[in-house]
Amino acid sequence: MEAGFSILIGIYFAASIYLMLSRQLIRILIGVALLGNAVNLLIFTAGRLTREVPPVIPEGAMVPVEVTANPLPQALILTAIVISFSFFAFLLVLAFRAYQELGTDDANDMRVAEPAGDVKPPMGY
Amino acid sequence: MAASTSAHAPDLTHAMVTSPVAYGDWLVIAPIIITLLGGALCLMMRRNTDAQPRLAILALGLLVLSNIGLLVRVLDQGAITMVMGRWLPPFGIAFTVDATGAILTLIASIVALAAGIYGIADSDARIRRYGFYPFLLLMMTGVSGAFLTGDIFNLYVWFEVLLISSFGMLVLGNEKAQLDGAVKYAVLNLIATTLFLIATGYLYGLVGTLNMADIPRSLAALPESAPVGTLAALYFTAFAMKAAAFPLNFWLPASYHTPRVAVSAVFAGLLTKVGVYALIRVMVMLLPAHRAEMSTVIAIVAVATMLLGVFGALAQRDLRRSMGYLVISGIGSMMAGIAIGTGAAISGALFYAVHSMIVMTALYLAAGMAARMGGSFDLNLLGGLYRKAPAFAGAFLVLLFAVAGLPPFSGFWPKVILVNAALDTEHTVLAGVILLTGLLTSIAVGRVWLFAFWRGGPHGTEDGQSADMAAVAPLPGAAWLGLGILVALVVIIGVAPEPLMRITGAGAAGMVDPAAYIGSVFGVAQ
Repeated sequence: MEAGFSILIGIYFAASIYLMLSRQLIRILIGVALLGNAVNLLIFTAGRLTREVPPVIPEGAMVPVEVTANPLPQALILTAIVISFSFFAFLLVLAFRAYQELGTDDANDMRVAEPAGDVKPPMGY
Repeated sequence: MAASTSAHAPDLTHAMVTSPVAYGDWLVIAPIIITLLGGALCLMMRRNTDAQPRLAILALGLLVLSNIGLLVRVLDQGAITMVMGRWLPPFGIAFTVDATGAILTLIASIVALAAGIYGIADSDARIRRYGFYPFLLLMMTGVSGAFLTGDIFNLYVWFEVLLISSFGMLVLGNEKAQLDGAVKYAVLNLIATTLFLIATGYLYGLVGTLNMADIPRSLAALPESAPVGTLAALYFTAFAMKAAAFPLNFWLPASYHTPRVAVSAVFAGLLTKVGVYALIRVMVMLLPAHRAEMSTVIAIVAVATMLLGVFGALAQRDLRRSMGYLVISGIGSMMAGIAIGTGAAISGALFYAVHSMIVMTALYLAAGMAARMGGSFDLNLLGGLYRKAPAFAGAFLVLLFAVAGLPPFSGFWPKVILVNAALDTEHTVLAGVILLTGLLTSIAVGRVWLFAFWRGGPHGTEDGQSADMAAVAPLPGAAWLGLGILVALVVIIGVAPEPLMRITGAGAAGMVDPAAYIGSVFGVAQ
């Protein structure tokens, strides 16, 4: 099962990198969202996939009697989901505001902060 | 033990710290508490724009005091560990402060205090309502947390805390250029932290622990075939991107000149240095063998970063953009220290980080004051500032000397240590490039001073015939105070570098040989 998940994660990463290489801001954002999900799946798989055995120690035992999935990666993913979700929300608003102000969603045309053909600094004293 | 049932309380001494925490050790968590509380209070008083700065500066002042206490305690007792929820390491999240973490948090808090004081003069009611002070305090939560934490996933979380606060600060005011810069800053930094998260996911999959004291032990137990080199490369890429090292530096010059001066100043002082700190912590302390393997790559990146930074600074006419490139150039010098990797070199890199935090923040603040007096950030349009404000021109010159690494100011000593360390280990090229960068930086900053201060008037006017000589509004006292603190530090460190050298030396020794750090983490049980 880990092998299958690895391939799936690979596809996620490939798709997200392809999208992030685009010039269109919306595609970049979708790429960022996919990237976040790819990482979450990666951490999930890194904790090894063991199905249907809750990581609960039965009464009277000191350690789990069966092999269970490591629950910590799931806690990590929960944190990462919250963070990537809030960042994605911020990025969406930012991209929309940038589109409103700059009138473009093409990264090549976003040259307000670093104008092309800028005046040179003084060359001699 | 199988007979133990719920009727018998389990023996918690194997799982938890049972003795109360020593009072002094609370200083470890104090920076987080002070800044979070201060930020929350500032947020509640969002509409009271007069009280906000007072409250924030009170909180930042407290933060500086508590960090001084923490540094003294760490120097006195060695690394201190505090575990969250009293769970014993490696299961609980540990905060471990060594000399490196303590000195960097202290300098970061001083820099934030100076920028906060400067902000009184720089921020109007609108900017304060948008939340300059709450964001500043919450960013300090993230920065302090990153310097103090002993858990690598926790480090990721603090990175995100400081990143989201910095987004908020970057777009304060909503100008076109800010939104443009913020898009690039936000996307590229988010990708960098995601890379960090990927690496951490793999690391956990490999060693099953996130505690920084536990990782070296677990890594040593791995078989030879384990893909630790991949991990090291991923971490290096992620942190180099956060630190704005070439060729991953493009978010910095795109965005650092767009926000308000006080915001640019704290960014320039703190954010990239957190990346450098993480590089040192992970590459030098956790993955030393792989750092040595990658040292040629790191050296090439360092050389390219130093040179790109200084050439970029030479090519700009906007003071702030020029300084953005000087930040990058400084990152190159710190990476040179990491590439060499001996205790002396790491000490030099840490010293350089401290120097760069202070001087880059001060330079941005000073650029803001120069623009207030001269009406522009453009070198073509500035001129005659020396005659308008000689004392300020002197302070600016001190900062320019410091950033170029000329004695007797703070920039001189880290370069001495780094060049010395490079020559000791026969990294002649690195030593040469550090010196060449110093020369080129002197040219770049010398030009700034010549054009903005020394000549009589702006471009096009005859020398000494500047038209608006009389029309200079006196600078507000808050701006002077903010800048004055930092300039004083630059001079003090330049004249008396030994105390700081001892601290960075101790920090570097702890990085190269983390036995004390590990001992502190696993010693909390007693």
